[in-house]
Amino acid sequence: MSQVRVLVGTRKGAFILTSDGKRQNWNVSGPHFAGWEMYHLKGSPANPNRIFASQCSGWFGQIIQRSDDGGKTWIQPGTPPGEKNAEPAGPPKGESNKFVYDTSATGKPLTTHMWYDGTQHPWEFKRVWHLEPSPNDPDTVYAGVEDAALFRSTDGGKNWQELSGLRGHGTGPRWQPGAGGMCLHTIILDPKDPGRIYIAISAAGAFRTDDGGKNWRPINKGLHSQYIPDPNAEVGHCVHHVAMNPSRPGVLFMQKHWDVMRSDNAGDLWKEVSGNLPTDFGFVIDVHAHEPETIYVVPIKSDGEHFPLDGKLRVYRSKTGGNEWEALTKGLPQSNCYVNVLRDAMAVDSLDKCGVYFGTTGGQVYASADAGDNWNPIVSHLPAVLSVEVQTLA
Amino acid sequence: MIRVALPGHLRALAHVNAEVQLDITGPVTQRSVLDALEAQYPMLRGTIRDHVTQERRPFLRFFACEEDYSLEPPDTPLPDAIASGKEPLLIIGAIAGG
Repeated sequence: MSQVRVLVGTRKGAFILTSDGKRQNWNVSGPHFAGWEMYHLKGSPANPNRIFASQCSGWFGQIIQRSDDGGKTWIQPGTPPGEKNAEPAGPPKGESNKFVYDTSATGKPLTTHMWYDGTQHPWEFKRVWHLEPSPNDPDTVYAGVEDAALFRSTDGGKNWQELSGLRGHGTGPRWQPGAGGMCLHTIILDPKDPGRIYIAISAAGAFRTDDGGKNWRPINKGLHSQYIPDPNAEVGHCVHHVAMNPSRPGVLFMQKHWDVMRSDNAGDLWKEVSGNLPTDFGFVIDVHAHEPETIYVVPIKSDGEHFPLDGKLRVYRSKTGGNEWEALTKGLPQSNCYVNVLRDAMAVDSLDKCGVYFGTTGGQVYASADAGDNWNPIVSHLPAVLSVEVQTLA
Repeated sequence: MIRVALPGHLRALAHVNAEVQLDITGPVTQRSVLDALEAQYPMLRGTIRDHVTQERRPFLRFFACEEDYSLEPPDTPLPDAIASGKEPLLIIGAIAGG
């Protein structure tokens, strides 16, 4: 019997929601790491009981946690409780939260990016926004951080090294923070081409490597952002999220600050597919697990009013890869709803029918077991939801 | 034997329920106390002071014998009452909000 495990990161802890394949009755576990901001949790496809979690705090900084038993117990990788530093003799412990920008790989001074006022500002590590485990190696995991950079661990999260070619390829000094900070929030690993990785940064844009992270280039052609000095600039676009169906890794869907976009050539060129959406501002976007032309967004009124239009929480689904959208409302509040759905807070399972999940800043996590036709809240009163991921377990 | 009182979230990380006790040889200073604390509880590395710069995280303060030592140089000796274990070194999270 299949099972699903929904990993929810919130402003005040993590929650794990589990159900059988019917997805009607749910067990809720948590809060894990109560009181901490849990930006993201994600399970390893290579070992589903291995889950990585980003735990952070304005007081105590960044912590990386890892579970090897499906979220029942957690450790800071390489630092089991009770073991002192370098005892027994070996590498130092307590390194799993050490994210140090690397300036050695390119030989270039990667020291500044653009600040809000247009001046240059030093790169300063703040937190991990997104963790992306390798599809085939349980010890390899990528971390997207603020200030924007990509790190990789090949030892299960014990140690992290920056893939500095991203910041070093030349446009880094033109990257600028969005309202939420200058975060690298999206990491997509091409399942068919191990050398290809897509990432997205707010507010710099989308980038791609074809050689495993050594060399990068911006992939923002076709994006048009009226709120920046050059609306068609090579970098500077506020990309909110990018999604891909693993069966078609060259086809990407993007929720930009404004505009829903798609690319059919691995990001070389984007075209707008907002179509008949009531507003094309938003944060999340995702793709049906089995129908690569079926995509989901949650339109938000505007950049100044981060809540659904008319107080109606509506998921919009396109079965045509964009342009033609239908509102999905059954089970969702259709009056007086003023929550937001943040960029990493939507996920799909791989059951048949495809399950779709999203979390809100009001603390609800909604699930649809029929590809969006009907929705039910799994939980309704969590802290503000920062991220939602789902694992489909055999 | 030195006593250190940690904020609740750091006690949870360190898997301790109360004050921690440390043995320190040599001068008892902020630096020597934090070195000993991180050696005994390596999961706290980076949470009190920066991994690289070793600077105190901005929203944490160090109090000894009702005095704020946060802005003292890290090698300044702490009071005798701390060195003898009569009083704990308090590591306190700044309170924000209204």
